[in-house]
Amino acid sequence: MPLLKDGKLTDDPFVYVDGDAEIPADRAIIVPLARWKSDRDALRGRSAGLGVRLKSDESPAEIADDLDSLAVVALDFPVFKDGRSYSSARLLRERYGYQGEVRAVGDVGLEQLHFMQRAGFDAFEIDSDDPEKDWQTAQGDVSIWYQPTGDGRPTVAQQRKS
Amino acid sequence: MYRYDEYDREFVEQRAKQFARQVERRLAGELSEEQFLPLRLMNGLYLQLHAYMLRINVPYGCLNTTQLRKLAHIARVYDKGYGHWTTRQNMQFNWIKLDDMPEILLELASVEMHGIQSSGNCIRNITADEYAGVAADELEDPRVYCELLRQWSSLHPEFSFLPRKFKIAITGARHDRAAVLAHDIGLRLHENDSGESGFEVFVGGGLGRTPFVGKSIRDFVATRDILAYCEAVLRVYNQLGRRDNKFKARIKILVHEMGAAAFAELVEKEYEFIKDGALELAKEEVERIRMHFAPPAYESLPDVSPALESQKAEDTAFATWCKNQLAAHKQPGYAIVNISCTPIGKPPGDIACDQMEALADLADEFNFGELRVTHNQNLVFTDIRKQDLHALWQKLVPLGLSTPNHGLITDTICCPGLDYCALANARSIPLAEKISERFADQERQEEIGEIYLNLSGCINACGHHHVGHIGIVGVDKKNSELYQLMLGGSADENASLGKILGPGFDEDGIVNAVEKVVDTYLEIREEGEKFIDTYRRVGPGPFKENVYRAPA
Amino acid sequence: MPQVVIANRLRDGIVVFLGADRRWMERVQDCAPAISPEDAEKILDLGLQAERDQEVVGPILADVEQRDDGWFPIKRREAIRAAGPTHRADLGKQAED
Ligand code: SF4
Repeated sequence: MPLLKDGKLTDDPFVYVDGDAEIPADRAIIVPLARWKSDRDALRGRSAGLGVRLKSDESPAEIADDLDSLAVVALDFPVFKDGRSYSSARLLRERYGYQGEVRAVGDVGLEQLHFMQRAGFDAFEIDSDDPEKDWQTAQGDVSIWYQPTGDGRPTVAQQRKS
Repeated sequence: MYRYDEYDREFVEQRAKQFARQVERRLAGELSEEQFLPLRLMNGLYLQLHAYMLRINVPYGCLNTTQLRKLAHIARVYDKGYGHWTTRQNMQFNWIKLDDMPEILLELASVEMHGIQSSGNCIRNITADEYAGVAADELEDPRVYCELLRQWSSLHPEFSFLPRKFKIAITGARHDRAAVLAHDIGLRLHENDSGESGFEVFVGGGLGRTPFVGKSIRDFVATRDILAYCEAVLRVYNQLGRRDNKFKARIKILVHEMGAAAFAELVEKEYEFIKDGALELAKEEVERIRMHFAPPAYESLPDVSPALESQKAEDTAFATWCKNQLAAHKQPGYAIVNISCTPIGKPPGDIACDQMEALADLADEFNFGELRVTHNQNLVFTDIRKQDLHALWQKLVPLGLSTPNHGLITDTICCPGLDYCALANARSIPLAEKISERFADQERQEEIGEIYLNLSGCINACGHHHVGHIGIVGVDKKNSELYQLMLGGSADENASLGKILGPGFDEDGIVNAVEKVVDTYLEIREEGEKFIDTYRRVGPGPFKENVYRAPA
Repeated sequence: MPQVVIANRLRDGIVVFLGADRRWMERVQDCAPAISPEDAEKILDLGLQAERDQEVVGPILADVEQRDDGWFPIKRREAIRAAGPTHRADLGKQAED
């Protein structure tokens, strides 16, 4: 799946390691939460990059104490209608102060991009023929926001004041 | 009322253009119906039995005459000359073309209107007491907070893909006209012991397949904290609400399954983190919005108008209308006027474009250019000088808008049912018309007194049948329509859910059954008892007996 | 039981019925029903293809019977779609006849 960061397609340095699959040496990996919990110490000892993937029903509170070790947290959208990962992203950013990559994976499309950005996602595995164009379209769609979220963009109320 | 500033305007225009782009992609085949569906729903566009249906928000029921004229224009140009007021204070058009939608949304945007979030699994139009700001029994005007909540909930980055739809209602009066106990979140403005104003918060109310009365989870949230508290409720719901079964996805099921106390505890925990943060309402912003709701330039008038009294004495039809349609205003010399959009034998809540335009003229002439939509599918003129009532009434009569049935049995709440709605099991409008005709006699209606009769075409309960004193719901039984009768529901501060009385009826049968229920009440009521009081005193027994007694 | 494909036209939402030569007709009387279940499946496939081609939305099969003035749906829901709201003869297809 193409990876979109800052509006540009980039090579994804990470590979996913599912279930009990063998961990490739010297490669940046993203593991499911269960694997992280069972092999935490071994995984921490590696030198290559590390990420955890949370399903939409897995709370970021589960990894709140581990965030220093994680370069990526991938949050899953099994279907776009499942909006739990928006809450997860905001919690990671705003409550736990996570600064690493928050990646949207699964059913991710153009029409959700602007919500995701506001919630704190900064990387997108997007299913599209032209992700960069989608990105541009989404940026042009909506620039007015009423809600304060952790992404620091000024809300309407803040703009009114200034 | 609230008027958009440049930001609000741009927000709605952007959204209209975004939808135009989405429509283009759909027509070009870049989006399948499956992908397009949630996008059109986010803009209030449904596909119903005959055509597309567009639902337009009337935020907490407040409408100005420019907007009403625009609605009339849309009805005439893009639809078939009429619209329908819904039980959520919105307007629906039934014959919309997808091709026309981009244009319609731009037309709406030009008068500060839209259909954003009038459908879909998001926070829907905030509803409120239709007498907000003018009711004599009001503690504080809830519209300021309605507007703040409206803005906060518009395209919320976290809460636009909830497990299911989410409805918030607010009242600021002693008597609850906004049915706050039948909403996902119900807010009741009141003062605490130290004179500070805030909200009692109810959650988990709602009708539909599994109806519940909302449960109080906090007695007092200071007004400045209300967004933070709502965000906490929504976050808990977004994370924990059921997504495995559409019929169990509303917050009421979550609250019911975990218990209100346990739910409240989770909300408190979340609230602790959010409180005193970026969502705390800034005084200036609250005041800025409050300015929009400043009272109009009332004249100082004596509360009693001698002209009015003599007009009533001379004209009994006018006196009847006054008796039924007026409510107490907080400003001396003024009255709140209910305008029935549910005339005898006509579809409840339908209004023709000519009527809309004529009403806009009347609101300009008599009512400071504004009006309200009620969840009973009627309209309200909030600020009529008592001395003008007769002139207003005379102009309402030829428009067919002077039916004096406010709160009476023919003032039915009724959903569109199988005549329009793709989800319906049975028709509801023709039945509402029949019942209304059966009870058309004004004297008899007044003799019966206050009865809310609510009618839905299926268990989704858009016609609020569970909270009607008399509720009727249509079911489909082998291609014939069957109607169930329930009694004892109520939507006010003493909310209760109606109970099914017994086996269902066909269309004629249910009209007769309603009549028997009413006759039973007339027979057994005690001095001064309303229907709901009698029902609560005696229970279903006597009603059941009369309704199901075999003919002698 | 004869069956017809009923759907809404994508662009205007108007109710249409599948007629001969894959044409979508606005009047149910002009539909071309399938008599056998096998044929019903075939015309439904045509409807689904038309949905993929951005012509119609929500094609389904509806039972129809022969009446004086031609084919008409048996189920109330589809009958209302074929005619219009029952409380207003001035609306929908019934108003155009
Ligand atoms: S109650 Fe049922 S029939 Fe009536 S409008 Fe709602 S979904 Fe349609």
